Amino acid sequence: MAENVWILGIHMTKFGKHKDKDLLDLGAEAAIGALQDAGVTIADIDVIGAGNLMGAPGFGQLLQKQIGQTGVPVFNVANACATGATALRVAIMAIKAGEADAGLAVGVEKLAGAGLLTGNARAAEGGHWVRDGRYGAVAALDGRVGTETMPGVFAQIGMEYGHKYGGADFELFASISEKNHAHSTLNPKAAYNKRFTLEEIMNDVMIAYPNTRPMCSANCDGGAAAVVVSETKLRTLSTEQQRRAVKVSASVLTSDPFQEACQVLPDVNTLTRQAAATAYEQAGIGPEDLDLVELHDCFATAELVHYDNLQLCEPGGAVDFFKSGAPWRDGRLPVNVSGGLQSKGHPIAATGIANIWEIATHLRGEAGDRQIPGAKVGLAHVIGLGSACGVHVLEKSAL
Amino acid sequence: MDSIPLVDYLMLDDGPYLVANECTHCQARYFDRRSGCAKCGGQDFRSVRIADIGTLRTFTIVHFAAEGVEVPFVAGIVDCDGTSVRSNIVNVSPDPQHVRTGMKVRLTTVPVGVDESGVQALGFGFEPAE
Repeated sequence: MAENVWILGIHMTKFGKHKDKDLLDLGAEAAIGALQDAGVTIADIDVIGAGNLMGAPGFGQLLQKQIGQTGVPVFNVANACATGATALRVAIMAIKAGEADAGLAVGVEKLAGAGLLTGNARAAEGGHWVRDGRYGAVAALDGRVGTETMPGVFAQIGMEYGHKYGGADFELFASISEKNHAHSTLNPKAAYNKRFTLEEIMNDVMIAYPNTRPMCSANCDGGAAAVVVSETKLRTLSTEQQRRAVKVSASVLTSDPFQEACQVLPDVNTLTRQAAATAYEQAGIGPEDLDLVELHDCFATAELVHYDNLQLCEPGGAVDFFKSGAPWRDGRLPVNVSGGLQSKGHPIAATGIANIWEIATHLRGEAGDRQIPGAKVGLAHVIGLGSACGVHVLEKSAL
Repeated sequence: MDSIPLVDYLMLDDGPYLVANECTHCQARYFDRRSGCAKCGGQDFRSVRIADIGTLRTFTIVHFAAEGVEVPFVAGIVDCDGTSVRSNIVNVSPDPQHVRTGMKVRLTTVPVGVDESGVQALGFGFEPAE
C-alpha cells in the first residue's frame, strides 16, 4: 500500500499585474511562502515539480538558483492549463513511489496583458499556394475552417451541452459569470474584485458568443506552490503542523480518450468524467460529501459542463443545478468561491496549484471573510486543452 | 480559372464534397494525414466521402480573433450523418437570431483568394439548407 500524502504547506501570490516582479520573483515568493507555511526549508525537500508554460525553459533549475541548489531532481513539466496540477502530481507520485519523503511543486506564469491566446496570428500570404501541414492547407485555417480561439472553442462546448439537454441560453451562461465575479469580491488575492450585474455582463464586449469579456478567464501574473509530505514524515512533525496539514485523498491526472469528433472539437468532458470517477473511488468519497469545489471555469460556458462532468448534479442536470442556487457560496455546494478563473485570474501554470490552495485554506478554516463554514472535504479540478485533466480531493486533518 | 482546395480533404472535381480517412479496422474517421488510428491503433485507412448535408450540432459567433481574421463569423460543428465536421457557417447573418443548433446545413465553397499565377484557392463552409 503506497503512502498517504499530505499537503504540509501551500501558498499563492496575489494574482494580478506584477510589473516589478519577473517569473523568478513570483516563483520564489510562492515556493518560499509554501516552505514557510509548512515549517520546513528547501533542505528538507527531496524532489521538485516545476511548471511554467510561456516563459523560460528549465524554469525549475532557474528557481533553484534563487531559493536553494540542493541537487535534488527537478521535473520541468508542461501540460497546458493543467501544468500546475501536473507538477503537483510529480511530487505526489515520487512520495507514493517511496523515492521521496517531501516534495515541492511550483507553478508560475507572467501573463498580464497577453490578450487573446490564439497562438496563430495570420502571416502575410502571397506568392503561390503551397500545401502545408497534415491537412495540406494552402492558407491559415483559423477563421476559415471554424475557430481555434479558446473563447470560441469553449463557447461551442457549452452550446453543445445546451443543444443536448436544453435550457442553456446566453443569460444562463452570463449568470454563472455573475456568480464568480460576486464571489471574488471577498478574495483579496483575486486579480479582480468587481461585482458585475447580469446586464453589465451581457452588454459587455462580445468575444465569442455567448462569451462576453467578463465571461472569459482573466490573463494575469501569479504563482502558487505546495509542499507535500508522506504520512510517515508528517507523524514526526509538530502537532500544529499535523493539525494544519491537508490530506490528499485523491490525486488523478488523465488525458482525453478517443471519442467520435474529439479531433474536430476538443472533448473536455470524457477525461474530466474519468478523472472524477477515479478520484471519488480513490478517496472513498462521493460528490455528495463535498463542501466546496474549485473547477476550471476558463469560460462561463465551461463551468456549466463541469457541474455534470464532476457529478455535482444528475446527468444532464447542470442547468437545474445552477438555477437551484447550489453553486453560490451560500448554496448547497459552493463552486468557485475564489472567484474562479474569470475573476481570480488564470496565470496558466499557477492555476492547478492555486485552486488547491483555495480548497486547503477553507479546510484549515483560514479563508477569512469568504470561509465556507465547517468545510471538511473539497475538490479541485483543472483542465488543459489538448487535453490533460487534474482532479484532487482534499480532506481536513482529523486533529 | 484554375482552382486549388484550401485543404486536402476538400474535393472540387465533381464536387464540392469532403473526404475523410477512415480506419479500415474500426471505422474511426479523420481529416488529417494519419500515422495511425487514435481509436484502435490500426494502420490502414481508406478514403470515404462525407455527406454534404448535415445538422448544426454547436456553434459560436466569433467577434474577436487573431489579426487578419474577418469578424464576426459563425464557427460550428456539423454532424454529417454521424461524422462531425468543423466549419464556418456561411451565407447567414452572424447573430443568434439566425443561427441555431439543430438547423439543417449544406456544404458549399468559399473563395479564399487568387495567387500570383491566377490560381484560385477555394475553401468550404456550410450554409442554411432550409
